[in-house]
Amino acid sequence: MKKYISGLAVAAALTTISTAALAETTVGLLLPKSGVFAALGNEIDDGFVFALEEAGRADDIKIVREDTEVKPPVGLAKARKLVLQDEVDVIVGVVSSGVLGAMRDFIHEAEVPLIVSNAGNDAATGAACSPYITRVSFSNGQVNRPMGQWMHDQGIQKVYTLASDYAAGHQMIDNFTAAFTEAGGEIIGSEYTPFGQTKDFGPYLTNARAANPDAIFVFYAGGEAISFVKQYGSFGMAADVPLFGSGFLTSPLYVAAEGDAAVGVKTSLHYVPTLDTPENNAFVAAFKERFGRTPSEYAVQGYDSARVLLGALDSGATDRKSIAAALPKVSYTGPRGPLEIDPATNNVVQNIYIYETVKDGDALTQKVVGVVEGVRDAPNGCALQ
Amino acid sequence: MTDAGFWILQFLNALQYSMLLFLLSIGLTVIFGLLHFINLAHGALYMLGAYVGVSIAAATGSYWAAFLLAPLAVMAIGAVLYFTLIDRLRQAGPMNQVLVTFGLIFVFLDAVRIGWGDIALGLDAPKMFQGASHIFGVDYPTYRLFIIALGLVVMGVLMVILNRTQIGAMIRAGVENEHMAAAMGINVGRLFFLVFCVGCALAGLAGVVAAPVFSATTGMGISILIPTLIVVVIGGLGSLQGAVVGALIVGFLETLGAAVLPGFAAISVYLLLAAILVLRPQGLIPARG
Repeated sequence: MKKYISGLAVAAALTTISTAALAETTVGLLLPKSGVFAALGNEIDDGFVFALEEAGRADDIKIVREDTEVKPPVGLAKARKLVLQDEVDVIVGVVSSGVLGAMRDFIHEAEVPLIVSNAGNDAATGAACSPYITRVSFSNGQVNRPMGQWMHDQGIQKVYTLASDYAAGHQMIDNFTAAFTEAGGEIIGSEYTPFGQTKDFGPYLTNARAANPDAIFVFYAGGEAISFVKQYGSFGMAADVPLFGSGFLTSPLYVAAEGDAAVGVKTSLHYVPTLDTPENNAFVAAFKERFGRTPSEYAVQGYDSARVLLGALDSGATDRKSIAAALPKVSYTGPRGPLEIDPATNNVVQNIYIYETVKDGDALTQKVVGVVEGVRDAPNGCALQ
Repeated sequence: MTDAGFWILQFLNALQYSMLLFLLSIGLTVIFGLLHFINLAHGALYMLGAYVGVSIAAATGSYWAAFLLAPLAVMAIGAVLYFTLIDRLRQAGPMNQVLVTFGLIFVFLDAVRIGWGDIALGLDAPKMFQGASHIFGVDYPTYRLFIIALGLVVMGVLMVILNRTQIGAMIRAGVENEHMAAAMGINVGRLFFLVFCVGCALAGLAGVVAAPVFSATTGMGISILIPTLIVVVIGGLGSLQGAVVGALIVGFLETLGAAVLPGFAAISVYLLLAAILVLRPQGLIPARG
């Protein structure tokens, strides 16, 4: 009996020690694991875990994973569960802006820090900003505005725009349009295609060509991007009407499926895996060794979510409040170049790269043709300071 | 681009989309006409055709191997489904059939996600059909012309089989009156199985043919199901001519709608569907006279 009790005591002591060592910080990783954005969720998850492993901190951080299913009500319910039941110190993730919008008030009122690792809705770091929401990915405006001036500088005067007909599509095109017309260009036609229903872009491409623009600027992502680029290629329009767009159009994650049609397409994005900097070369090599594939912008967003979090923890933050206060103070030079959080909006400040998809042997790769440094969003109604 | 050229291009776009819709809806409508069975998993078979096609093309390096084998593979999956589920559900009533085949959509969806991953896959059109051809004074993607031609060929072959051969007469008899056909010595059970397999193979064919244009995505089966059901309802359940007419109407309405009134294109087909259901619920060309 005595032996039994002492055994229990030892076991109890061991458990206490191991939990103390294991669970310094609990992170709720809230990503889509099913639905249209599942591939992006997995990519962000891999990037996040990779950063923890690289820093040797995988054992200090306890991860609780939940699936948003890309549905706003599900995302909100899972956020509540993470905060109230799992009592996480910080939530990381959210791919869809719709899910982010649904969670925003709860996060703000529960005073739990949220590190946004994809959702680009401008309002999340604009009119609807919160001291508890820090975005390390991008905003829709940030990615598209630089393209307006750059395309005009290339001598392009008349542009026709196409995008998926949902909030992100409109925001991406509106931001581009504002910047391009401000630079002196003209939008001669614009169309939004039903989101998730459009399979044949032929009629829209024919309309665009009939308007006789100097170039087309589009926003499509995922499966729609693949269909769009392939169909653009099959109509043989590249010679007369070059294709430009948000970088998600030819994301390294799926550009291989687009094949030769993607060659020559120029797009803007906050990360390109072929950036030739010591930080990025080391990152790409290590990521490839760990996962056997090239990291996409989504993997980098997951990676930087973890690095920003670790930066806040290393500065002495321990609980929800101090983590939220420390996050905007983190800055470093990482795979995407210099990265800092703007204390005025809690949105990331970063370089935007304009890249062309080019052929490298049989594979497709990205050639950076322009850099706009330190792109910072205007507060747009955010009053954090 | 001239005005005439613009309309020729849009006409070809519409025809191409109509032919794809036809390949899908013909299988669905004939299965319904003969078996009185609503197979909502038809869209999932289309998706499987695309994914199996991508894998076969990757393994053999030949699009044509995929073109021939993917429909057969989907037919084999259909045959397994027939013996395990469909045949048992034939007497179970429409609600059970709808629920089971609706569930199958998600089973296939997750099976594809496990097998092929979440990232959309591309399939290259065969070399001879890459690039554009000059036709009616415009340049049009050759592969799309191939889809139009294939649709017309399948349409012609099915017309001949259904209207001019003994097996076609047996199928028509089965659609008209199953019990009488059985009494006349037709093995209705075997006939049903045959038609079900052909319907599945056509769904697989549509998938592998669509993959080079639309790419293979996990959502493709669900998103194509609704336009296909609309084609079948507009044309008349169980009718070959109905599927032809329905596919042409939906294909042209969607494509020309997108060209002329883009904001309106998404709902125009649904408006037509509502009008048909109110004014002519049996469809434009019903199977039973």
